[in-house]
Amino acid sequence: MLNVKNLNLHYGAIHTLKDISFDVKPGEIVSLIGANGAGKSSILNAVSGLVPISGGEILFEGKNINRQAAYKLSGMGLVQVPEGRRVFSRMSVLENLEIGAFTRKDRAAMNRDLEEVFVHFPRLKERRKQLAGTLSGGEQQMLAMGRAMMGRPKLLMMDEPSMGLSPLLVQEIFAIIKQINLEGTTILLVEQNAQMALSLAKRAFVLETGRVVKSGSGSDLLQDEDLRKAYLGG
Amino acid sequence: MTLFFSQLINGLHVGIIYALIALGYTMVYGIVKLINFAHGDIIMVGAYTAVITLVSLNVPPVVALLLTILVCVIFGVTIERVAYKPLRSSPRISSLITAIGVSMLLQNTALLVFGAASRPFPTIFSIPPLRFAGIQISFVTALTIVVSLVLMLLLQTFIKTSKAGKAMRAASEDYNTAQLMGINVNNTITLTFAIGCALAGIGAFLYVMAYPAVSPTMGSLPGLKAFIAAVLGGIGIIPGAMLGGVVMGIAESLTKAYISTQLSDAVVYGILIVVLLVKPTGLLGKQTREKV
Repeated sequence: MLNVKNLNLHYGAIHTLKDISFDVKPGEIVSLIGANGAGKSSILNAVSGLVPISGGEILFEGKNINRQAAYKLSGMGLVQVPEGRRVFSRMSVLENLEIGAFTRKDRAAMNRDLEEVFVHFPRLKERRKQLAGTLSGGEQQMLAMGRAMMGRPKLLMMDEPSMGLSPLLVQEIFAIIKQINLEGTTILLVEQNAQMALSLAKRAFVLETGRVVKSGSGSDLLQDEDLRKAYLGG
Repeated sequence: MTLFFSQLINGLHVGIIYALIALGYTMVYGIVKLINFAHGDIIMVGAYTAVITLVSLNVPPVVALLLTILVCVIFGVTIERVAYKPLRSSPRISSLITAIGVSMLLQNTALLVFGAASRPFPTIFSIPPLRFAGIQISFVTALTIVVSLVLMLLLQTFIKTSKAGKAMRAASEDYNTAQLMGINVNNTITLTFAIGCALAGIGAFLYVMAYPAVSPTMGSLPGLKAFIAAVLGGIGIIPGAMLGGVVMGIAESLTKAYISTQLSDAVVYGILIVVLLVKPTGLLGKQTREKV
């Protein structure tokens, strides 16, 4: 579904991503894990077309999207839940969800999807008239996910959904991610919380200073000695 | 008391024109974080269009107004595409300097083409003033207030309920995330400039009906006042621009009536300074706090 080959990225003189290659197959949950500054978010932003890449190839469903304008990707089924949620805080919860379906014209199906989002996140329904900026961090994460789901993504890319949330909320969010995946959405998950990400992911890629240093199935990597030392607290 | 009320109406008249122009500043700032210093000169462009179409081409006022709006929109959108768009990812100071440059370009081109002498704007309506509880209201004043209020109402409805309006709000809050949601931010910015300049065109028409002299630098003063109105109300906030304009117009007119004509600008700027000292985000500005 998503094929990234030898992706390179420069921020000015800094070589941020060095020959990154990975792939996501339909139906999978794939995780990119690594420490802060390893380049995880840069990868998502490059795939989303928000930063221009300096080399390599990004294929989505076999189509090269290297130079595709960022705003066209959601209509193609590639949607990102950005780091730090980035909900539109001066708009209501409902308006945020409507913006998520911005490129769609199928009203009836949109209303059905809205109901579905409310089934996943009942709290958003209670607060649908409230300004998004007044929600708690966990609720904002739910809104950001619901907003992305309103775009009917084929591939949902999530950047640090656990950031700043209590362990209990993290559990809840990850359960919902699993549920969304079971319902047929492919997921690319970027996480610092390696334990959670690996236990959820079918496959994972480990990043270190802009390179892929390891890859394998989630369960194998959970057992990996080096990884345990580096990220999982022994 | 009669004097007070008629001064209030006068203030409302000029203030609501400031408000119309201020909307262009505040909408553009909201979305691209640029103070478009050329916005005042769009008023001059509009005023020349109005005077030329009315006097030289002798078209009916409604057609002249529509042409004025059209020319202002074309100028505004062209300026955005040619001068500002290429600088979108450069430091903000670059586009700010460019805006000042565009302003000078427009003024000096007008000077070259039309000369420095100001042209009179013809009287369009010879309708006697309306009397209302002892207060005299000129037809132009009443028309200006009604037209402006209707426009503001339309704009608010558009921004609140239409899809394009929601895209404008989303893009002005978070440029990148708006793109991730499928919003073509470039088109949204163009639309913002177009709406701002259409309002400036109408504002220009109303302004020269009140102050009937058209000259190359005539846009500077209403431009500056409208900019201050936008800051006073809270830059980037649409109802703030409306409120800021009206407050400024009324303060100006009451100062002229009760304190001193010469001091009116000083008082208005004084109000701005006091408001910014007490509430740096402007009258309706909100402290944006982000939750993590």
